[in-house]
Amino acid sequence: MHLVLFILFAMLCVGGALNLVLQRHPINSALSLIVVMTSLAVLYLLLGAEFLAAAQVIVYSGAIMVLFVFVIMLLNAGEEDRTGGSRAAYAAGIPGVAALLGILAYVFLSHPRQFGAAHLGGFLVTTSDLSTVLFRDLLLPFELTSVLILVAILGAVVLARKEY
Amino acid sequence: MGNSVPIACYLGLAAVLFCIGISAFLIKRNIITIFMSIELMLNAVNLTFVAFAHEWHQLSGQIFVFFVMVVAAAEAAVGLAIIIAIFRSRETLNVDQINLMKS
Repeated sequence: MHLVLFILFAMLCVGGALNLVLQRHPINSALSLIVVMTSLAVLYLLLGAEFLAAAQVIVYSGAIMVLFVFVIMLLNAGEEDRTGGSRAAYAAGIPGVAALLGILAYVFLSHPRQFGAAHLGGFLVTTSDLSTVLFRDLLLPFELTSVLILVAILGAVVLARKEY
Repeated sequence: MGNSVPIACYLGLAAVLFCIGISAFLIKRNIITIFMSIELMLNAVNLTFVAFAHEWHQLSGQIFVFFVMVVAAAEAAVGLAIIIAIFRSRETLNVDQINLMKS
């Protein structure tokens, strides 16, 4: 059951991410990113992170992607034109990405026994566990993030304001 | 059989997603899509955090993911406001035409 769900949603994730690269219209890329984020929420659920799965759907595929789609429609973004980018970025970037993927795959997959296996319900984090740590041990960082959000809201309003 | 998946598979999936995010960042020319690929990379790292939290039965990985989500939301709001400001002054979303500081 776990394996079937993992394979299904991992393929959805990779397919959505590849579709993000291949599509030329930004709205199609945004919709495929929503697919990726929602399937990641299911993977979080399989790993026992139920609060994070809910937060992923609400914050990422809800709030952030609505913001993206809103901006795409506000700016009336059309299909992107394929102008050639920086040569140095391609020359260094593509082999760099391949090397990074190779190293990571080697480290993670060469000795699969050094990591354990994930069982359904093997490590279930309830919302009350998470909130106990968050509001008792990490109260100051939590309050600081609210200040960060406030500053970000003010900055967004100032930046996007029409200049007269 | 079929009831457990190695953590290494989750980590490999996160690595693949991260590398797709980097290549999208390099290939795409639309500034909004480039911003979306940054979000994709953040999501891949979040999956790694959750997988390691499950591996070592620690809550701190999930707490970290929570804070990454908060910062990503703030970053998205500010970044999209900057994109709107750029579009107002330059009338384009193509990063190759936003080259005021070049030459």
